[in-house]
Amino acid sequence: MTRARVFGSVLAALAGVGVAAVFAISWRPAIPAIDPPAPQTFDATLMKRGRVLAAIGNCASCHTVRGAPDYAGGLPVATPFGTIYSTNITPDAESGLGRWSEIAFRRAMRAGVDRAGQHLYPTFPYDHFTNVTDEDDRALYAYLMTRQPVHAFARENQLSFPLDQRFVIAGWKLLFLRPGTYQPDTARSEEWNRGAYLVEGLAHCGACHTPRNALGAERATAQFAGGDVDNWHAYAINAQSPAPVPWTADALFGYLREGWHPEHGVARGPMAEVVRNLSSVPDTDIRAIVAYMASVFGAPTPDRKRRGEEVLAQVNSAPAQPESSDAAGAAIYAAACATCHEAKRPLPYGGVNLALSTAMSGPDARNAANVVLAGLRALEGEPSPIMPGFASSMNDAQIAALLNYLRSRFSNQPTWTGVEKIVEEARRTQTVALQNSRRPDHAPADSSQRDKP
Amino acid sequence: MMTLKVNGRDHQIDADPDTPLLYVLRDDLELNAAKFGCGLGQCGACAVIVDGKAVLSCVTPLLLFQDKEVTTLEGLGSIETPAPIQRAFMEEQAAQCGYCIAGMMMQAQALLQRNPKPTDEEIRAAMEPNLCRCGTHMRILRAVHRAAHLMQTADASTVQRSGR
Repeated sequence: MTRARVFGSVLAALAGVGVAAVFAISWRPAIPAIDPPAPQTFDATLMKRGRVLAAIGNCASCHTVRGAPDYAGGLPVATPFGTIYSTNITPDAESGLGRWSEIAFRRAMRAGVDRAGQHLYPTFPYDHFTNVTDEDDRALYAYLMTRQPVHAFARENQLSFPLDQRFVIAGWKLLFLRPGTYQPDTARSEEWNRGAYLVEGLAHCGACHTPRNALGAERATAQFAGGDVDNWHAYAINAQSPAPVPWTADALFGYLREGWHPEHGVARGPMAEVVRNLSSVPDTDIRAIVAYMASVFGAPTPDRKRRGEEVLAQVNSAPAQPESSDAAGAAIYAAACATCHEAKRPLPYGGVNLALSTAMSGPDARNAANVVLAGLRALEGEPSPIMPGFASSMNDAQIAALLNYLRSRFSNQPTWTGVEKIVEEARRTQTVALQNSRRPDHAPADSSQRDKP
Repeated sequence: MMTLKVNGRDHQIDADPDTPLLYVLRDDLELNAAKFGCGLGQCGACAVIVDGKAVLSCVTPLLLFQDKEVTTLEGLGSIETPAPIQRAFMEEQAAQCGYCIAGMMMQAQALLQRNPKPTDEEIRAAMEPNLCRCGTHMRILRAVHRAAHLMQTADASTVQRSGR
């Protein structure tokens, strides 16, 4: 054998080993299909528990398209890597979970692999769901398998090579998926541990509130430091929270229960839907989530505490004199916003004083721009906060002038940059979002539905 | 002093730039179709059309109307020659006390200009900012459907002439 041939065969052998290794890492067996189980074979109590868990997991938000049946999938989820369409998780035999056994369902939750053995993209947050207990997976399975089956195949994802190759996901999992159930911290209360289990797992709060790295994984060193979702900023919910008044456990509880809090404002964007879903969850679980999150926020520093007290005192006293050089912004605020936002009518029917609004103190202008453009639409059949949208009456430059004024008047943070571009982008994306989102984004949901299995 | 274009005519307006458009329309120009309801942009009685879109004039300051064209209900038609939207509301008897109706018609007009054949659901979504406390909603819905029909048939010319 010549040297070149030896080299060639070594290379071929290495390539073979490589392919075998990729295969070994990425291959998963199919789990045998079952005949769709009849709904009556599931225990009603289990189904009901599954309903609550599905609400905590916010499953419907991604797996339902506006105007279409619940859980039938098809929602386009824009990611930095392309568009991924949510799947049908109704028990339809061909296009949904109908032929999935509980074992297959649990494997999807734990390891992000579908029944056929195909890796699932981590848009499905199995990096969180991996900690869900067998018992809870069983309840979720019972709940989903007893929904109305809907025949609807998922649309083809729009991803470019090599990300459209699912074996790539196996590599992602090696790097970022940490399987394992929740290990309780015995030094903490049972309530705190329940909260930690839910927040880190099924509720997957970090999926939006934790920033992601270049490979789309949550940055472990920046947990809850603020992230992005659907052209909204999901605020930091740790010590870096930009809320003017520091969050307390009671404030968080009120906010998650009602969808608004007088010292913070109204849940908007994707968070409105989270709160809406949580409205069918019992107080005990919300209390648990709050107990854990209060410890994640931590006690505010004396500085933050003082600042919060100052803001509250200022809001409750006579309105401060506007001081800004941005005349257009100030005039727009005076005519279009102040009539509600400085009327001192209590939330949710009066507008929050913007000095209390986290949107004004947030790191960028996106959330404020989204709300000014679209307003808060009234919720059908329920009392809810409302605000007119200004997309039709203000152009991008005018909204930018307004937002710059609001930032300078109502926060102690540095000026936002590129506000006009942000408004332009918000105007473009909100049109798309309004067409796709499950329903007009509101909270809370109809409480009469809570006890239905 | 600024120039405000309403129903195709330029008007010289002497008012603070933060004056809501509604006050200018009613007090200075004596165009009284748009009504003051809540003053908070929550009821829709003050809706007018600006560059083809429905705008709540009670929470929209004058300074936002530089170079824009405002249409009020007076600009759509008159008692003698009602616009299709006005005819439709009359034919369906969609008003009870009538206070909200000018706003309703402007909101519906804006919808029909961008979507000539709206579904029931689309009409409900578009009319969502407008409240009627008498409860004539079902008639209003029918009136918007009727107006859509009228606009596509006999009175298409009226729509062309007005609206923007």
